[in-house]
Amino acid sequence: MTDTGIGASVRRVEDKRFLTGRGNYTDDIDQHGQAYAWMLRSPHAHARLNNVDTAAAASAPGVIAIFTGADMAADEVGGLPCGWQIHNKDGSPMNEPAHPPLAVDKVRHVGDQVAVVIAETKAQARDAAELIAVDYDVLPAAIDMNAALAGASAVHDDVPDNMCFDWEIGDKDATETAFSGAAHVISIDVVNNRLIPNAMEPRAAIAHHDSSTGHYTLHTTTQNPHVIRLLMGAFVLQIPEHKLRIVSHDVGGGFGSKISHYAEEAILTWASAKVTQPIKWVAERSESFMTDAHGRDHETHAELAMDADGNFTGLRVATKANIGAYLSTFGSSVPTYLYATLMAGVYTTPAIYCEVKTVFTNTVPVDAYRGAGRPECTYLLERLVNKAARETGIDPVEIRRKNMIQADQFPYQTPVALQYDVGDYPTAFNTALQAADYEGFAQRRAESESNGKQRGIGISTYIEACGIAPSAVAGALGARAGLYESAQVRVHPTGSVTVYTGTHSHGQGHETTFAQLVSESFGIPADQVEVSHGDTGEVQFGMGTYGSRSLAVGGPAILKACNKVIDKAKKIAAHILEASEADIEFTDGVFRVSGTDREMAFGEVSLAAYVPHNYPIEEIEPGLDENAFYDPLNFSFPAGCHICEVEVDPDTGVIDIANFTAVDDVGRVVNPMIVEGQVHGGVAQGIGQALLEGCVYDDAGQLLTGSYMDYTMPRADDLPNLNVGTQSVMGASNPLEVKGVGEVGAIGSPPAVINAILDALAPLGVDDISMPATPSKVWQAIQNA
Amino acid sequence: MPTVSMTVNGKSVSAEVEPRTLLVQYLREHLGLTGTHVGCDTSQCGACVVHVDGESAKSCTMLAMQAEGSDVSTIEGLADGDTLHPMQEAFRENHGLQCGFCTPGMVMSAVDLVRTNADPSEQEVREWLEGNLCRCTGYHNIVKSILAGAKAMQG
Ligand code: FES
Ligand code: FES
Repeated sequence: MTDTGIGASVRRVEDKRFLTGRGNYTDDIDQHGQAYAWMLRSPHAHARLNNVDTAAAASAPGVIAIFTGADMAADEVGGLPCGWQIHNKDGSPMNEPAHPPLAVDKVRHVGDQVAVVIAETKAQARDAAELIAVDYDVLPAAIDMNAALAGASAVHDDVPDNMCFDWEIGDKDATETAFSGAAHVISIDVVNNRLIPNAMEPRAAIAHHDSSTGHYTLHTTTQNPHVIRLLMGAFVLQIPEHKLRIVSHDVGGGFGSKISHYAEEAILTWASAKVTQPIKWVAERSESFMTDAHGRDHETHAELAMDADGNFTGLRVATKANIGAYLSTFGSSVPTYLYATLMAGVYTTPAIYCEVKTVFTNTVPVDAYRGAGRPECTYLLERLVNKAARETGIDPVEIRRKNMIQADQFPYQTPVALQYDVGDYPTAFNTALQAADYEGFAQRRAESESNGKQRGIGISTYIEACGIAPSAVAGALGARAGLYESAQVRVHPTGSVTVYTGTHSHGQGHETTFAQLVSESFGIPADQVEVSHGDTGEVQFGMGTYGSRSLAVGGPAILKACNKVIDKAKKIAAHILEASEADIEFTDGVFRVSGTDREMAFGEVSLAAYVPHNYPIEEIEPGLDENAFYDPLNFSFPAGCHICEVEVDPDTGVIDIANFTAVDDVGRVVNPMIVEGQVHGGVAQGIGQALLEGCVYDDAGQLLTGSYMDYTMPRADDLPNLNVGTQSVMGASNPLEVKGVGEVGAIGSPPAVINAILDALAPLGVDDISMPATPSKVWQAIQNA
Repeated sequence: MPTVSMTVNGKSVSAEVEPRTLLVQYLREHLGLTGTHVGCDTSQCGACVVHVDGESAKSCTMLAMQAEGSDVSTIEGLADGDTLHPMQEAFRENHGLQCGFCTPGMVMSAVDLVRTNADPSEQEVREWLEGNLCRCTGYHNIVKSILAGAKAMQG
């Protein structure tokens, strides 16, 4: 028996190295004789690139080489690819303009790479970059989506109207019919504010080329090393996989911003074969602000049709999504299949139609950020449902209850492609209402009022589809690769285990959680298990970590490999114990001939597998090392309810979050401590979106929120303690029965916060507020009401 | 190039550095003490916090030469051999870290808080962390860790 298996709050294996300063982040690695790269970046949002004169810079002290887009183009380096093809309403494919790693004829956003300077020191590279003379013809910038669609200025000359694609999902006619018979139509306009992910570790890379073997090694801060190898190797640089190794050890946070294949990775790898030294590049935070893929940035008009009894009968949504200057790796999937397929939410709305126009602008590419599409959907729905409650006079709790999918309706086919497998939304909803003491709110409100404060409570329910795979479904929806996951479980001769996973941990604690899976499976303590990830030289294959997929897709792969190990070990034990294989049972780490006391410990069998004297060599090969690939049949569907209670000071607009409650159904919980931590982090980012964060470009495309002095990150005293809990129905789409937890916090929380503020301000006549709801905005709304 | 000398984690060190070298660069690039991190370029994230003469300081915001003659300690010097400092242990026990990038700065900052305020309240901890950003934890467990660490440090 082991107490480090599934369900235990095992303290994290990775913590000791992080707590003692011995983490191994990319910037902590130095290679012998390494040179340093500095990227010269465009100061303009949109300009024609006439001439890049590097002569003076090339002779500056320490400079080894300078390359421009022309040099890469001369080598026929490919553009950075997009992994997800979306089709227009008329069936034609989306516009996919070229995305050269170093700009060739135009720069398209502030921060676009114009040249790379490689020098003996970082300071020398940076100093030399200032000597490069670039002749720009500045062009008008397309920043606002509506202006861009009106043809303000073509970001790509071959896409004059800046429309990347015009996509739709759902049954338009059925939805129109629902609206023509509606008793109430509620309409809303919402903006989902653009966010800058801001993982605390800035991106970094080190590339090395060994000319004697033709090998390339790239250390990079990525969430998906094999995906980078595949994309960069096959599409950009034409390096075969056996000559290209991607290493991504400790990564200081990702949140989606480190899934994209970034230009710097290709630039450094390519340049490393031109110079004879390894090259290192580390982003400064200012570069992160202007080059890391941003998140969200939607403008939506939506309408909800209801019958006279308050039942939802139809939903019509029109969204404009900003895709930025280029299509980033997953950029096109976020405002489509990760967004509009969730428009049913947890409700029985029978007819839904959603159209999405995705727009190129002279801003940084927009891609996945924690939740990716699902927070945008949830925010829209839950604002709309609250508005419906207010306009029809139905209580916000009742209107949700009335329209919620019931526990006996699963599997539930939504009108927007997804089939929810299992769930029990009313139970989680009730649990949350109790945990938040919803009943006691009126009294708390009265107390606040007596102190001159406005108090409000806001509810949000949500559902998300995660565990991305399933490959066949993803492929049918436009993914250009299957999204299964792999694992290798290597039992060493004396019974300790190394697990190789194709997922990637950058804060999620996989080294602990995955060890727990093996501990449970083999009946050995978790400290006998080590998890290896992040090195394509060690791990056979994998699709990395995003979309809350690691445990839901990578976990079952590990389980499958463990089962293969057990099957083989039973054969070995049967031979040595002179019993038939069918009589061998395996429990608590011991192989036993059933009904006897003849047994072998796990470590005895593994030793026999590697250094056998007595072994059925004719029947099975020695060794105890198994591979598995796993692809689920469906997404998993975490769901839940978040409730926020705020107190607003009407004189200053300052908002205090008095209580925040989250009840999430994440399926089976492997490590409750880690699960809570994931929800905390997600909720903090959601509260950040609701109250503090917002990316602002001016009309010329200059990033006004380009530092921590201008972009408001949540700090410790901006946030409350969080009341989080789980209320789970076991997942049905994978054998571990898990659903995924990485994103739920960021999905459920923003509308709960905004609904709470609007509830607080309703008595003052305020009926709308946009995110981030800063004190000045709140104060202004009160004044305008 | 001028020479700079100081004590780092109890050892005397000395090197020739470019005058513009920041303390954090000196620690990371010259001494290989990569536990001290750089998360920003505007002195706001606190990933770089070390102790200079016993007080927390942002090592990205001072030149190595300003630490001439000082006694500097970094996250690498905090544990006693294999035994974690009580504040490190409290972070481990309370899941006060996820990706670990902010962690060295958080821990060094927390130790300095307890030096100045042995028994901080939750609100005091939250306010003290004004100069330390964490994107992963939502601070909930960091605050919990620091309160537990403060208790443990009192023995
Ligand atoms: S590196 Fe951010 S404050 Fe020092
Ligand atoms: S643990 Fe990742 S930034 Fe704090």
